[in-house]
Amino acid sequence: MARTAVLGRLEWQLGNVAELVQETPRVASLVLDVPEWQGHLAGQHVDVRLTADDGYQAERSYSIASAPEEARLGITVERLDDGEVSPYLVGEVRKGDKIELRGPIGGYFVWRGDDDRPLLLVAGGSGVVPLMAMIRHRSAIKSPTPTRLLYSSRSQDDIIYRAELDAFSAAGDGFTVAHCLTRMQPPGWRGYARRIDRAMLEEVGWPKPQNPIMFVCGPTPMVEGVAGHLVDMGFDASSIKTERFGPTGG
Amino acid sequence: MSFISRGFRGKKRDTATSSRVPPGQYVVTDFPVLSAGPTPRVGLAEWTFVVEGEIDEPKKWTWEEFRKLPAEEVTKDIHCVTKWTKLDTVWKGVSVDTILEGVETAAEFVMAFSYGGYTTNLPLEDVSGGKAWVAYEFDGQPLHPEHGGPARLLVPHLYFWKSAKWVRGLRLINKDEPGFWESNGYNMYGDPWREQRYWGD
Amino acid sequence: MTVQQSDLKLDGNAIAGLLREIFAMEMTTAESTCAGCSKVHAVGQVEVYMNAPGVVVRCPACGQVQMRIVKGGGRYWLDLTGIRSLEFSA
Repeated sequence: MARTAVLGRLEWQLGNVAELVQETPRVASLVLDVPEWQGHLAGQHVDVRLTADDGYQAERSYSIASAPEEARLGITVERLDDGEVSPYLVGEVRKGDKIELRGPIGGYFVWRGDDDRPLLLVAGGSGVVPLMAMIRHRSAIKSPTPTRLLYSSRSQDDIIYRAELDAFSAAGDGFTVAHCLTRMQPPGWRGYARRIDRAMLEEVGWPKPQNPIMFVCGPTPMVEGVAGHLVDMGFDASSIKTERFGPTGG
Repeated sequence: MSFISRGFRGKKRDTATSSRVPPGQYVVTDFPVLSAGPTPRVGLAEWTFVVEGEIDEPKKWTWEEFRKLPAEEVTKDIHCVTKWTKLDTVWKGVSVDTILEGVETAAEFVMAFSYGGYTTNLPLEDVSGGKAWVAYEFDGQPLHPEHGGPARLLVPHLYFWKSAKWVRGLRLINKDEPGFWESNGYNMYGDPWREQRYWGD
Repeated sequence: MTVQQSDLKLDGNAIAGLLREIFAMEMTTAESTCAGCSKVHAVGQVEVYMNAPGVVVRCPACGQVQMRIVKGGGRYWLDLTGIRSLEFSA
């Protein structure tokens, strides 16, 4: 399955929108039936191509949110107000519409779940999407890999997959999540209330002797800041995988 | 024709044909930012502009000196090879004719070069005769770094990759040589009216 | 002259699909040795500027251009002169 996912034919295929899930006010998931889908690895993405009736095309990449074990393919999209593609995917697309996509793509930012190194996942905004595929995969294969997610959002309402993450934490199988809310916190908030910094990474991360693998995803400045801290903390660059989403997070 | 996405319109663009819009282009109202690298941030105290190469005496201006040169305001249509066209853009800058005033050279080509390493080649006659400027204002405001400020080359009759951002000089050369994009697929000349986008067009 | 990080900077993951078209295999795990500074990085980690008439890939350590990719008019142009060596599994 893994080999197929990495070397499979990359052709444009059509996915049928089976379900739309509003995750937060600006973020929605599209759940797709893709008849020709070859399977994927957690962390990979798809390229989506939209074509207007005069032939104009726009293409964007979206991380796959669903676990490889799921029957349908899920992508999660943040609607950017001045965006060209995201306001179409989150706002115009309806159940039954078809979306042209190709994938799965990516081999670097991937977690297969077949080793026992503890996992640190650091997400900024919609950077949580590929990490969620990893978390869902971990659950589907009942992996005992100790996993910590450090997830930065603007406010509690902006936390994507909030209920599902709470449920995974409550399962008591070695997964925990630490949230930071950078702009607004609800009354009584006891989580982090600032941008991710080195002190936070030292508190939440795995100690060096545990030899963790780390995945960092989000806007470019956040990813570079976090990766820089992790390197300063003595982690080997080869243990840190990064994926930049650009300034606005995808 | 490939699959059409129901209800997708894309960015605001006007594909109506007009004698002002070259083939294959569409008109936009925003001003897309294209970049091949980090945006150079050049302090005005360190900025210089030079004319060098096949010339007896190279010329050089500091920002202060450059700003003292006679400048003009021009309104031009611009055409990017990525297919967007923007009509009636307003610039202020120094005509390259002014910059080359008094220059004696047998060179027939120039290589424009920029802070950050970008280069682009042009025939000398395409940057003279009122066809090119070194512009430092756009739309009445100092040119923003993401659009090439402090100053960029402006050669509106060719595809806009020839209008080198963050320009810092012109090198007069005898033979045409490919610049940054011309050496990897893009046309040596770049006339939007003959749709000269790529090699062999 | 000071150079600031551009908001438009992404990494090799953003061109994984394009590289797959060209190389007919997954390239983000390939390791590239910079022809300028000799540092080695996974292609998934290199700096990518896509908002251009073509794609420009730069070394994350020294900023030198490693690759230029232009796709248009039914052709690709690929300049890899900024890479001394590209290593990937058979």
